[in-house]
Amino acid sequence: MGKIYVAGVGLTKIGEHWDRGLEQLMVEAALKALEDSGLTRVNSIYVGNMAGEFLQEQAHLGAIIAEDLGMVGTPAYRVEAANASGAAAIHAGALEIASGKADAVLIVGGEKLSDGLAEEVSSALLMGERQEYEGFIGADFYSINALLYKLYMKHYGVKDDMIAVFPMLSHKHAKGVAHAQYPFEVSLEKILSSPYISEPLRRFEVSGVGDGAAAIVLIGEKLKSKIKAPKTELYISSATDFMTPFEREDPLRFQSLGVAVNKVLDEAKVDRGDVDLIEVHDATSIMAAISLESSGFAEPGESGKLAINGEFDLGGRLPYNTFGGLKARGNPFGATGVYQVVELHLQLTGRAGKNQVDSPKVGMAQSLGGVGATAIVTLLKAL
Amino acid sequence: MRVPRYWRNKLFRYRLVGWRCINCGAFHHFKPLVCKRCGSRGFREVELPKTGKLLAYTVVKIAPADFKDKAPYLIGLVELDDGTRILAQLTDFSQDELKDGARVEAVLRKIREDGESGIIEYGYKFRPLVG
Ligand SMILES: [Zn+2]
Repeated sequence: MGKIYVAGVGLTKIGEHWDRGLEQLMVEAALKALEDSGLTRVNSIYVGNMAGEFLQEQAHLGAIIAEDLGMVGTPAYRVEAANASGAAAIHAGALEIASGKADAVLIVGGEKLSDGLAEEVSSALLMGERQEYEGFIGADFYSINALLYKLYMKHYGVKDDMIAVFPMLSHKHAKGVAHAQYPFEVSLEKILSSPYISEPLRRFEVSGVGDGAAAIVLIGEKLKSKIKAPKTELYISSATDFMTPFEREDPLRFQSLGVAVNKVLDEAKVDRGDVDLIEVHDATSIMAAISLESSGFAEPGESGKLAINGEFDLGGRLPYNTFGGLKARGNPFGATGVYQVVELHLQLTGRAGKNQVDSPKVGMAQSLGGVGATAIVTLLKAL
Repeated sequence: MRVPRYWRNKLFRYRLVGWRCINCGAFHHFKPLVCKRCGSRGFREVELPKTGKLLAYTVVKIAPADFKDKAPYLIGLVELDDGTRILAQLTDFSQDELKDGARVEAVLRKIREDGESGIIEYGYKFRPLVG
């Protein structure tokens, strides 16, 4: 397998972009990524998007984005894996580079949630669960998370502050970030006094509704010396788990994530302790806690304590969600996995501005589909 | 949900009838070809017990579109008397009765109506088991 490099990145601010459509957001991010890389053409385009068929009634986004980029003729497909769709698109593109079939590919993740009403966004999110089961009884994404939250508190004997600390941390890191949807701090007290969205899960413990797009250009060995833009080396792995957490041997563990993390560390020949920063899929506070523990960055039931002790701060042992994560940077479903990798790349190429972590060498991004039924883990190495 | 899709799986929704893997015992809500846990292909049809205990519950506040007019409603994780765990809506609970660990029993109730298909869809819910 050939090596894979990130050679350009682009993103849009996340928010409610009433004046721009899904396609326009994706094109804006894609043009920025191409410009960053210095390339004007690629061999293939991979689009990550989850809910376009439902919220925009638009399928066939691959050919649409190729046309809107003035690249008619270029092969282009949409890749879907619920909330991990963006990361899945990266995975697909990375495989084409690694195989040697392509020298350069463009990945664009985009989602436009503000086109939907609140209940439609909830329905879109529910499509990542099994409609025959959870969908039929109205057990939405947040209710599944709420049940896990209760099991977690009971099993480990911890209170909600050990879980609600994660959104506080994401907000702390999003402060002043230009592309973040919520670039401000929120205190733990404020999080813990916000209304329940699904008891014990509170409003300020879940990501909001936003629109956004992010893009990256991947290249292989052949173009590496020809491209002057700052580059990082990319590794990516994925795994699946049972759709319903309650059918897993341990519902409080994302086995898929543990497996994917181990695989990617193995392929990159990196020890867990060498990871300098991490992007965690904090669609909810409880998913952040379970993710850190399932992937071996915290002992079971201990992640909240580490967070409170400052281990995941920008200057801590393992800086976490350095631009605000899903909670505060924002979570436009199919774009989110691409945002994570863009942000890692900015960190590893020393372009993270005031959020810059001190000379990082290795970064990891974890993207989850559903409540962990899909896990896709990307690892970037500084060159 | 489209009518044929609803109709195909009504055994589980009406009576908690599903398929258990002969090799490993994994329960499947809908008729499988391959066991999701061990990959074997032999199953027997089983009717799950109708009573159990509530392991945890929550309240859905912002519901998906098909349930918008039902919110807020209760979702519970129930452990049936044979150990099978299933997700269900809860019904007929008073505030006093609503606690994790409560004994519950299955009842057939209306789940929703007037979706894309316009039909009224029924299915199991769990209510407090009295006595
Ligand atoms: Zn089996």
